[in-house]
Amino acid sequence: MKLSHLLSSAFAFGFIATASSANAFCGFYVAKAGTDLFNESSKVALVRDGDRTVITMANDYQGDLTEFAMVIPVPTAIKREQVHISDPALLKHLDAYTAPRLVEYFDDDPCAPQVMYEAMRSSTDVVVMTGTRQRAKSLGVTIEDEFTVGEYDIQLLSATQSDGLMTYLDENGYQVPIGANRILGSYIKQDMKFFIAKVNLEEQSKTGNEYLRPIAVAFESPKFMLPIRLGTLNARGDQDLFVYALTREGQVETTNYRTQKIPTGQELPVYIKDNFPDFYKSMYATSAKRDGGHGVFMEYAWDMGWCDPCAADPLSREELQELGVFWLPDSQNKPMPRGRRIMPQAQNVFVTRLHVRYDAKSFPEDLKFKTTGNKENYQGRYVLRHAYEGEMKCEAATDYKIAVNKRKDEEVKALANLTSWDRAEIWSDIEEAGVGKKFTITYKGDDRGPTWWKDIWGDK
Amino acid sequence: MNIGVKTNAKGGRLRRLFADPRNYQISVLSSLILLGLFRYGLHLPWWHVAGCVGATLTTQFAADKVIKRPFDPRSPLISALSLTLLLRTGSVTLSIAAGVIAIASKYLIRWRGKHIFNPANFGLVLLSLTFGAAWISPGQWGQATLFALLLLALGGVVTGKAKRWDVSLSLLGFYAALVFGRAVWLGDPLAIPIHQMQSGALLIFAFFMISDPKTTPDSRFGRVLFAGLVATVGFSIQFLLFNAAGIILALILCAPLVPFIDHLFPSGRYQWPTQFSLSRKSVTGDSHETLTPAE
Repeated sequence: MKLSHLLSSAFAFGFIATASSANAFCGFYVAKAGTDLFNESSKVALVRDGDRTVITMANDYQGDLTEFAMVIPVPTAIKREQVHISDPALLKHLDAYTAPRLVEYFDDDPCAPQVMYEAMRSSTDVVVMTGTRQRAKSLGVTIEDEFTVGEYDIQLLSATQSDGLMTYLDENGYQVPIGANRILGSYIKQDMKFFIAKVNLEEQSKTGNEYLRPIAVAFESPKFMLPIRLGTLNARGDQDLFVYALTREGQVETTNYRTQKIPTGQELPVYIKDNFPDFYKSMYATSAKRDGGHGVFMEYAWDMGWCDPCAADPLSREELQELGVFWLPDSQNKPMPRGRRIMPQAQNVFVTRLHVRYDAKSFPEDLKFKTTGNKENYQGRYVLRHAYEGEMKCEAATDYKIAVNKRKDEEVKALANLTSWDRAEIWSDIEEAGVGKKFTITYKGDDRGPTWWKDIWGDK
Repeated sequence: MNIGVKTNAKGGRLRRLFADPRNYQISVLSSLILLGLFRYGLHLPWWHVAGCVGATLTTQFAADKVIKRPFDPRSPLISALSLTLLLRTGSVTLSIAAGVIAIASKYLIRWRGKHIFNPANFGLVLLSLTFGAAWISPGQWGQATLFALLLLALGGVVTGKAKRWDVSLSLLGFYAALVFGRAVWLGDPLAIPIHQMQSGALLIFAFFMISDPKTTPDSRFGRVLFAGLVATVGFSIQFLLFNAAGIILALILCAPLVPFIDHLFPSGRYQWPTQFSLSRKSVTGDSHETLTPAE
């Protein structure tokens, strides 16, 4: 079958995906697996220090491999040794480590004293992209380099004019939509090169994998950006992009769009434990809506040496190196300690997770980034507080129950505010879930209402 | 009748309050800070603001004592507010340092009775270039602030309070010509330069930093020339060197040219219209260079 390609929304900044870009995305799980969360999204790890960048692009492409093609504008020429095929588990781990998380706390018996314990969970995933073939000089297209890495045939193109590039792509089986011409022309004038990849079926079968592995590219350029414009051309509605930026100095933010923090720290009704993906999706949408429906949200920013609470262990030295963190000190391969709470380790790597929701209209310009010296830790973290449900036999129990009921009102209010859900519906969901319901308070002697006057005059 | 009289009296008081552009600027900058805090989730601990304001006021007070000049808190206050708006840091020490450096530059780096650098710009650039823990966030204001900002700024222009509106508008004009020109050359949709012009940081810079009457050239022609220069240098830094804070860096780079521009196109030196005093009486600034502004 001849390659028949279509630009699609699939790969946020790369692009040229084929017709059916089925994206798998597994969402943030709280205990159970499986819900699709942000279903048209891309995942990119960006390692940046000085002018050096290592970009790793996740590839969850699930369609016909003959139709896979990817074109990414890159700031400089790229040679064979600058391209690396990475392990998909790395981005999954990075994603899990930085994912928004739920924390649970359990109240103790108000009639007996204290200990605390926490638990949490989460995870995420994403994306797709696509590729090309050749002819040349007469079209003003130069194949700067051409090589096979892993399961990919890669070409690095430079072009003098967009028409030639369009023709070249077209002759090689890409159906590039009309609008692409202008955008390609703009990139050509900005002296960008084009990184084009497609699957080498022979090599692919040798790997024995069902899936395509991520491509990592290392280059040096003062430009710290992600080209998203091509990806928005044929986009059907909004797209989600996850950027995991790893730096030495601190947080990464966008310079041409406002980076905001995702709401965090709220206490929520405990039934959310089984609805965390729904909750998070609604909360994200509501936050974005308050800013016009789109935006750049920081979901996580943390020193890679530790976490608290940990959604997953911090990445090991080997994993970081594989992702392209090149400034790790030469050390004697100390393994990272495993466990639920990792104590600070001098990794000298700061990770920022940005969740960008965009469309062509609200994000006309490519994303530009900047590393700041801000080492403040931040995480999207939501709290569930379980009331003590056991038998309570003491005076304090009534006060405790009143306090818990009040707390539950607040939790529902907070949830409604974060997600724009209707409060009455939340209460009925709580009722349905059967967890975290309000206490029915019975007062001594069977009369209703509070008994504060008893404290004044005594209980006679 | 009575009502009319009352209104007039109020109007008079308001007019007096805003007779000096610095009062207007202080109220606008403070509103922007509040907007940043409550609407844009700007992370700005109060002690940073207090530290920075305290640092600029103290430095100015001490310096005025030394050179025996009446102290006016408004200029250092404007410097402090601008720093607070544009400089991001997690360290209160750096906030204080920025304030001290900003005001000190006014007294130490002078040429023919005029200070060279815009104090807040000087503090901002010096700190962010020297310390990793201080930085400029050009994206922090996003685009949505545009209308509010324009309203405030244009309000200033219309009421004639922003005495150096010519430099603000020509800066934006030149900058717009450059980004629109670039878009046309690249074949980009106009949405891109429009987006670039909507940068809150650019607008704050144009209306509240470069417009400082004391550090801009004295003549109108000189100011327009200067604005063109800053816009071109800023544009180049932003799009050729890929530094998003280009325009802010451009001001510090171009500031040393102001004495030359003044030499070529001389004109009367700007004086603040009112002297600060606790009584309500307005006094015209006394002799040459009595009061030194921040912005």
